[in-house]
Order: sequence, then C-alpha cells, then structure tokens
Amino acid sequence: MSLRTPLGKVRGLGSAKSGTEHWWMQRVTAIANIPLTIGFIIVLVSLIGADHAAVAARLGHPVIVILQLAFIVSITWHMRLGMQVVIEDYVHHEGWKIACVVANTFFSAAIAIAGIFAILKLGFGA
Amino acid sequence: MSSSSSQDQRPLSPHLQVYKPMLTTAMSIVHRITGVALYFGSLLVAWWLVAAASGSDYFSLVNGFLGSWFGRIILFGYTWALIHHAIGGVRHLIWDTGRGFELDTVEWMARANLIGSTGLTVLLWIIGYSVR
Repeated sequence: MSLRTPLGKVRGLGSAKSGTEHWWMQRVTAIANIPLTIGFIIVLVSLIGADHAAVAARLGHPVIVILQLAFIVSITWHMRLGMQVVIEDYVHHEGWKIACVVANTFFSAAIAIAGIFAILKLGFGA
Repeated sequence: MSSSSSQDQRPLSPHLQVYKPMLTTAMSIVHRITGVALYFGSLLVAWWLVAAASGSDYFSLVNGFLGSWFGRIILFGYTWALIHHAIGGVRHLIWDTGRGFELDTVEWMARANLIGSTGLTVLLWIIGYSVR
C-alpha cells in the first residue's frame, strides 16, 4: 500500500518535488556544451593575435552571436547544476548548505547575464 | 529511539583511505575538480567577452594580461581542464546508456581520457601558436 496520492503518482516528482529534472538537465546541457564549446574554441583560435576591431567584428556576426548566446546559457546552466551537487555532497550544515546553493545560483546568473550583455552589445554594434 | 548524539557515533561506511588508489578513482575526482575549476574559470570567459564589448582600451588591457606568460599558464590549464572534463563527460554519457561498465572498458576509457585530453590540449596550443 502506498500513502502517496494518485495526483502525486501521476506527477512522478517524488519527495524532492523535482523528479529527475536536475539529473536530466545536467545531461541535456552536457550534450549541448560539446558542439557549442568546440565552436567557441574555434572562434577563439581564429581571433588569436587579432586587434579589437577585428574581434568586435567577428563576435558581432549574427551567427556567432546566436551560437555564443546558446554557449553562455548552456555552460552557466550546466555549471550551476554541477556545483549544486558538489555543495550538497560536502556542505553538511543546513544553513551553510542553503547559503552556498543560493550563492551558486547568484554566481552562475551573474556570469550568464554579463556574458549575454556583452554578446548582445557586440551583436548590435559595440 | 536513538538520540541524535548516538546517531553521530555510528560507524561510517569505509572511506577513501581503506581502498587501493586506482586510476579510475583518481579520474572520478579529477572530473569533479576540473568541473569546479571550470566553474570559476567562467569568470575569464565573461571577463574577456565584457572586455571585447567595452572598447579598444580595456580590451587591450585584458588581452595583454591573458597573453602574458602568467595568463598563458592559466589559459593552458583552463584548456586542459575543459577538454578533460568534456571527454570525461562523454564517458558519463556512455555510462548513462548502460554501456561500458566492464572493468577493462572502464580502465581503457580512463586512460583514453587522460591521454586524449593531454594530447588534444597540446595539439590545440600548437595550432594556436602556428596561426598567430
């Protein structure tokens, strides 16, 4: 006999109320990170030794802007999920754990927002 | 009913020091360490992008730092951590499908990860130095 409600069973989110979302999104962003990071490295290598005007022109190209946006969103999402697992493994004091998880979200969001702002500014012509 | 203090006294499951150190264990923790390093290394990515969007003067300053010997050491380490974590991640994705758990396969993949990441990092830097 189960004490779980029929609605709870249908939702399938378990006692943590989030189901396998964390695990699944870590995999989804991991898969996305592979081509996006390769693309980012190719852009970086192509810009070695370039002056600012050339860098700004290359990073401002619409295709590169779109790929860079996908890259920054995917890596910051992935790193937030990963760091949360590390925190939950090593920080056992409940208060510190919550503080670290919140700080993790703030840090990841700050990197994402800074990156998105810079990419868009270059895209719209810095 | 046991009190919380008696729970604190319970024996813990066998920990790291009782196991023989192996390549696969080392690779497991290195995957996590490179992940944490990349987490903080993302500051460099954001810094460089913001610098590029900030104009010529500030970009020259940041590029000058990243191009210095100290900056290059950081970037070399960053490159290795990135490639190592990426290949290690692919290993995990293979395991997620239920494949590759045979001991010889696990050992083989750990070696391939180490050799592959180091080789690709050096190759990428050779390309980097040759295109400039």
